[in-house]
Amino acid sequence: MDEYDIVVIGAGHAGCEAGLASARMGKKTLLLSINLESVAMMACNPSIGGTGKGHLVREIDALGGEMGLNIDKSFIQSKMLNTAKGPAVHSLRAQADKNLYHLEMKKTLEKQEGLDLKQGEVVDLIVEEGQIRGVILNTGSAYLAKAVILATGTFLRGKIFIGEWSFFSGPNGLSPSMDLAENLKKHGMKLRRFKTGTPARALGSSLRFDRMTEQKGDEVIVPFSFMNDDLKQEQVSCWLTYTNEATHQVIRDNFHRSALFGGQIEGVGPRYCPSIEDKVNRFSDKERHQTFIEPEGLTTDEMYIQGMSSSLPEDVQLAFYRTIPGLEEIKIVRPAYAIEYDCIDPLELKTNLEYRHIRNLFCAGQFNGSSGYEEAAAQGMMAGINAVMAINGNEPFILDRSEAYIGVLIDDLTTKGTNEPYRIMTSRAEYRLVLRQDNADLRLTEKGKSLGLVTEERYRRYCNKKEVVSQEIQRLEETYIKPGQAERLLEEKDSGSLKGRYSLADLLRRPQISYQDLEQLDPQRPILSRHAREQIEVQIKYEGYIGKQMQQIQRFRRMEEKKLPPDMDYSKIDGLRIEAWQKLNQLQPGSLGQASRISGVSPADINVLLIHLEKRKRKEKGKDNGTIEG
Amino acid sequence: MDHTIAAIATPYGEGGIGIIRISGEESKKILSEIFRPATEKPLVPRMLNYGHVHHPETGEILDEVLAVFMKGPGTYTAEDVAEIHCHGSIVALRRVLTLVLERGARLAEPGEFTKRAFLNGRLDLVQAEAVIDLVKARSDKGFDVAIHQLEGSLSREVSRIRDQLMDLLVQLTVNIDYPDEDIEEMTYDSLKKRLSQIGDEIENIVSTADTGRMIREGISVAIVGKPNVGKSSFMNALLRESRAIVTDIPGTTRDTIEEYLNIRGIPIKLTDTAGIRQTDDRIESIGIEKSKEAFNRADLILFILDGSQEISREDREIMELLQERKALVLINKEDLNQKITYQNVAEFLPGARILHTSTATGSGLQEVEAVLEDLVYGGEVKQTDSLLVSNVRQKDLLVRALSFIRDGGVQAEEGAALDFIEIDVKCGWELLGEIVGETVTDTIIEEVFARFCLGK
Repeated sequence: MDEYDIVVIGAGHAGCEAGLASARMGKKTLLLSINLESVAMMACNPSIGGTGKGHLVREIDALGGEMGLNIDKSFIQSKMLNTAKGPAVHSLRAQADKNLYHLEMKKTLEKQEGLDLKQGEVVDLIVEEGQIRGVILNTGSAYLAKAVILATGTFLRGKIFIGEWSFFSGPNGLSPSMDLAENLKKHGMKLRRFKTGTPARALGSSLRFDRMTEQKGDEVIVPFSFMNDDLKQEQVSCWLTYTNEATHQVIRDNFHRSALFGGQIEGVGPRYCPSIEDKVNRFSDKERHQTFIEPEGLTTDEMYIQGMSSSLPEDVQLAFYRTIPGLEEIKIVRPAYAIEYDCIDPLELKTNLEYRHIRNLFCAGQFNGSSGYEEAAAQGMMAGINAVMAINGNEPFILDRSEAYIGVLIDDLTTKGTNEPYRIMTSRAEYRLVLRQDNADLRLTEKGKSLGLVTEERYRRYCNKKEVVSQEIQRLEETYIKPGQAERLLEEKDSGSLKGRYSLADLLRRPQISYQDLEQLDPQRPILSRHAREQIEVQIKYEGYIGKQMQQIQRFRRMEEKKLPPDMDYSKIDGLRIEAWQKLNQLQPGSLGQASRISGVSPADINVLLIHLEKRKRKEKGKDNGTIEG
Repeated sequence: MDHTIAAIATPYGEGGIGIIRISGEESKKILSEIFRPATEKPLVPRMLNYGHVHHPETGEILDEVLAVFMKGPGTYTAEDVAEIHCHGSIVALRRVLTLVLERGARLAEPGEFTKRAFLNGRLDLVQAEAVIDLVKARSDKGFDVAIHQLEGSLSREVSRIRDQLMDLLVQLTVNIDYPDEDIEEMTYDSLKKRLSQIGDEIENIVSTADTGRMIREGISVAIVGKPNVGKSSFMNALLRESRAIVTDIPGTTRDTIEEYLNIRGIPIKLTDTAGIRQTDDRIESIGIEKSKEAFNRADLILFILDGSQEISREDREIMELLQERKALVLINKEDLNQKITYQNVAEFLPGARILHTSTATGSGLQEVEAVLEDLVYGGEVKQTDSLLVSNVRQKDLLVRALSFIRDGGVQAEEGAALDFIEIDVKCGWELLGEIVGETVTDTIIEEVFARFCLGK
């Protein structure tokens, strides 16, 4: 029997990052997929990034993950969203060539030292005395492992619904993973059903783009990865069109034929991603719904019909798509479908993504109740890292809510739980102003380095950027200009005139003035990379806000630093309400801060815990001193 | 022997149940005096007994209640404890508590139940401190009244303001997190307007706290005037409902009518009196007696004159009584031919505020509210016979929330990015949430999905 340090089940976005992280940290790793053609498959939308999600990609990249590099190799359109708003919510999104994305990731996996990529369906886990020992495949082979990562996506007892039709299937016609679901239950895992859906794919040549509005990419391409400065790529357009009353009428007339309303689907779907029949039903006053037509790649004519996922029968799909301007002659190459799958309640996981009841079994991605490629990849990476930490007997690697969106994502899942597929949003991050996509490297690359995930080249770039940025900020603060000198610029930019001595940094703090604008006053400026320029501008311009948020973070950290001992019996603590100690016993939070975020634990309970910790501390001190407390 | 203590142990507010807790040796005696079980059987200890609270002397029934008696030391304070579960309206609770105090209990100090529990060996010092801290910080246990003094009128106001902030937050969140969706972007004009209005409303509440007290039962205001000058119509106009009977026949209001209302954040107990006049009608004369009593107790007198008639002898008699009192004079029926001028009244009552009103057209009502507000916040009218409370924590939260809302307004003025403004609005919303005991960020996201059609 072959033996590995770590076996990863599933090679979707979570599995790929998990496998790479584990192998890069020096562990002998096996990455298994039901079908190798589905490695890093984008089963739904052909894009990476977006609000919050773009932040996750940057963070994965900063830690030494692959998603950012891979999309930079395979994007066909790039767009920075929210540029009219503050830098904290600027969000990068790229349209991907799906096939190229898959191929590039597969290539990376194949080349990765210490990583074996194999086709194979895992049907059972080997568990001994509450600890994972390996996996068994449907071929009868088995692999021993010190740790296993479950990243089954929507494959686990996957079931597809199209109108009145339903059948067990993985996404995109791939075979589902049926036996594993049964055997996980046998090992005591409680599984539940979630649901998601995807719209139809159309043949581009059947669409009339002249009846739609063109959506071009940005002129200046901003790369996802901190490893890339400038990227050259011919960009393709997306197209915008709208539904109308006729569309809604077709849908309404056929509500009864939808799997969703027919009651066949028991899984819970995400509200931020409703099917078109759901939209028409819930927002009946809305006269139109927008839809973007997005290319799936350069080597295919398939187009993704964003915003129009459905579980209506194919004939109805065709009928309603055809009421939409530009789609009158649509040829559907893949029908829309809803898919239901087994997943775990993430409250069953510790913050290091380890399953509470089986040692060294880690979980990631849609299996944990999240949704989205980026959310999956982030968890995959963290599960991979933590599986290695566990094998090595090291402390778990946890990012907290003030350090990364990854921290927000995992803390939300494992502390608050979720009742629908979870999507990251910038509004979920309390410390948004600090958790920007532009500074993900400054926040995380040092950590990635100490984990052994960051290459020499990446670390050199990071150190260089850090130094350049601080030097340039200092230079801007210390370079004073005479009032007369700046007058023309200020007038031009409609910014008030200067009084007294001003530094270049002072000028940059004015909302109307950019770093670029200062060039004319600043002949000595060094030539800097895009990443550095952006960082300098943000750090100086938003210094005040960032400072305020840093104070909040310090307060937050005080609570996070008050550690709660593991395996504590909270029912023994006087003064906790029943609901509170039950929840605390179930979730065993690592810190007082985490405890305070558990639903059902009130501020009063936290005070009780505070007192209890204090008492415990005094008692221990008493022991150290060899004295006995009365 | 320790005095028996009593307090309202649940938050003030509409609906639900209010509990009066009594602790000490006399608990059982007091309870048995005022509680009459529905069945003839005696009170069963440690069981909820259904019945009524009645006044032992007059026999008047005050409320339909559930009562429980627990013998010490197996109770929270380790003393004998009685609890009366009332219907929860402020009026009912206040009347029952007053009766309990009349029968020999003393009003508990904040945290006093806990202190007794500690002194009686039920809690160790650490536990007692913990509990006291809880109570101080944010109690969901309701051991003492202090925390909840404000929460009747205040929490309603704060919740209303929070709802408005929530509307803004939902809009801002959707603009920030769903930039691609077909949803209108918030304009700076509407943001500025709404933030400034919300800021003013918070400021209003803060200024209430600035007088050093939030009033538990309300400022007591008596409306007086001879019959048919429009007292009841005026009261109704304020209440915007017809609780008092109004006709054109003099003397229709035969009893005092009390109403609780909230004028610009000030809780007010308004008493409409029967006309103060000589009468042979016995029933009406009882009403007149009561009117005089209400008149004597009031913190502020609202004296109404009929402006369409000359000042009568009776009006002058009332004005005599007003010489030593804080008064607001309304020359009513402004819509009719006026026979009384500002000067006519000012001659008699040089210290009084005087306004022209018409309950028929509604004119002058705004001014009345403004003057009431002014008198109370200016400290001219002080409450005499009620418990006064100030709560530093709540005021602090309000002030901090206000500063965030004002900052947000300034930022909107300067055209700062929406996501910066959103942070201020959210901080304000969260701080106000600490007053009413709810701060769950997830609810904003819930609302985003409920109100907007989003997604792939």
